[in-house]
Amino acid sequence: MDDFWSQIFGFTDYGELLMLVRNSIFAGAILGVVGGLIGTFVMTRDLAFAVHGVSELSFAGASAALLFGANVVVGSVAGSLLAAILIGVLGSRAKERNSIIAVIMPFGLGLGILFLALYKGRSANKFGLLTGQIVSVDNPQLSTLIAISVVVILGLLLIWRPLSFASVDADVARARGLPVGTLGIVFMILLGLATAVAIQIVGALLVLSLLVTPAAAAMRVTASPLLTPLLSVIFAVVSVVGGIMLALGGGLPISPYVTTISFLIYVVCRIVGSRRTRTGNNGRLPVHTLES
Amino acid sequence: MTAMTPGAVASDPVLSLSGATLAFGDRTLWRGLNLDVRPGEFLAVLGPNGTGKTSLLKSILGQQRLTSGNISLLGAPVGRGSRAIGYIPQQQLLEQGTPLRARDLVALGVNGHRWGLPLVSKEVQARVDAALESVGASDYAKVPVATLSGGEQQRIRVAQAIAGDPRLLLCDEPLLSLDLHHQRAISELIDAQRKATGAAVVFVTHDVNPILGMVDRVLYLAGGRFQIGTPDEVLRSEVLSFMYDTPVEVIRSRGRVVVLGAPEGYGVHDHLEHHGGTGLEP
Repeated sequence: MDDFWSQIFGFTDYGELLMLVRNSIFAGAILGVVGGLIGTFVMTRDLAFAVHGVSELSFAGASAALLFGANVVVGSVAGSLLAAILIGVLGSRAKERNSIIAVIMPFGLGLGILFLALYKGRSANKFGLLTGQIVSVDNPQLSTLIAISVVVILGLLLIWRPLSFASVDADVARARGLPVGTLGIVFMILLGLATAVAIQIVGALLVLSLLVTPAAAAMRVTASPLLTPLLSVIFAVVSVVGGIMLALGGGLPISPYVTTISFLIYVVCRIVGSRRTRTGNNGRLPVHTLES
Repeated sequence: MTAMTPGAVASDPVLSLSGATLAFGDRTLWRGLNLDVRPGEFLAVLGPNGTGKTSLLKSILGQQRLTSGNISLLGAPVGRGSRAIGYIPQQQLLEQGTPLRARDLVALGVNGHRWGLPLVSKEVQARVDAALESVGASDYAKVPVATLSGGEQQRIRVAQAIAGDPRLLLCDEPLLSLDLHHQRAISELIDAQRKATGAAVVFVTHDVNPILGMVDRVLYLAGGRFQIGTPDEVLRSEVLSFMYDTPVEVIRSRGRVVVLGAPEGYGVHDHLEHHGGTGLEP
């Protein structure tokens, strides 16, 4: 039994280990920012399922790259951009979108499994694509991931307000002259990039825990358009960095730690949110004048 | 009133349709529609489903190409939407969890087109507060907008539309699924806004009664035909009988208008939304 726990939580030589993976922690934090920010829009645009679909095609791209000896990050980005743009262009309505995703997703997963089956290299590489591998990501790849993350963050900050308008209130935004369709495609490209990056951390199967759960948790406790992304970022960063640090000692993949932390945060936010709803504490001022 | 001098800017039409025709295949919704809507004018667009009321709005918003003719907004051909337009859609409840409070939704009506983060300047905040005040929604300005009732959300919609100080208020069935109290409140807010700012109002509705006292002119669409005039000129048995091509009786009683005897699918004004068919098919 002791073995079991020390495998999950081990802290011998922790300081030295921490130094070894400080780059990963830094990258993890930036990816947390990406996930937290983009998650807000994934939620308001109802794209959680799309994230899952994109991540499977990203997985196919990454495994193809692994098989053919190309850069895994490049393969992953290519796969997720292809999926994101397909979903963005073909699926403007939720119903269409879901069926397109449901068609793309198993196809991508199947391709990925095929490429991995043909791959003769280290099996840890294979497993990593599905369940995360940041600690084993080498430095040049790490800088690529960070560069992509910065692009996503800057892109989101630039289009934040019109994208919010187009996401929650598309008809009115269109009437006011906003390029709602173009914003949607631009967002899907940013989402594709973010997914490709997140896959390197938590793997294709668990991407939702970074790109959806933190934002969903934040929306349980606030409706402020500034506080929502801020909390979402904090939750995502805590999940990733906390997950990496807890995973260090044990020698297990980091993804279960990341997903568990992000899940627990969500549970707490749900409890807080429902308590607030029950007490009616939603910011409404008490009625002091009678309506005529 | 045909020659426009520079001094006559105030009465230049906000919206102008000339020879506007819309047809899908061999089904013509309206043909040769000429219409000028002037500042401060309240135009109601009436008629049963499937006669092109919504298509007219889409054409004004540049989302539907005319088969022929032109539409201009403030003297320029319409583009894909415009910031001179304030748009009040059908009541459509926002998703639970939408990360916006009432005042954030209104702020998007002022600065939602600008790049960057959703920060609100003092000047924008003042306009938002004024708009919320004028629709009587100050008390719930900070409430998550998705948790508000349907009537409250529709008030916020009106505030959002007027906060952008539009020259044209386009209203697409804004009273649908509201109770009578809110129907009156919302239409009075729209009426007050056009009187205060001189914005023109184009109000699409299947039921003219809540706005009957405010309407300057009616555009009635039915059976591929249209009629334009004051409510008294258009909402008459002879006129509608001609349009529907069948005897129709218009009864005006106690300030309400009821249309009886319109063919299936044209129905009585109040209960059209439940009919699926257009009633226009041969």
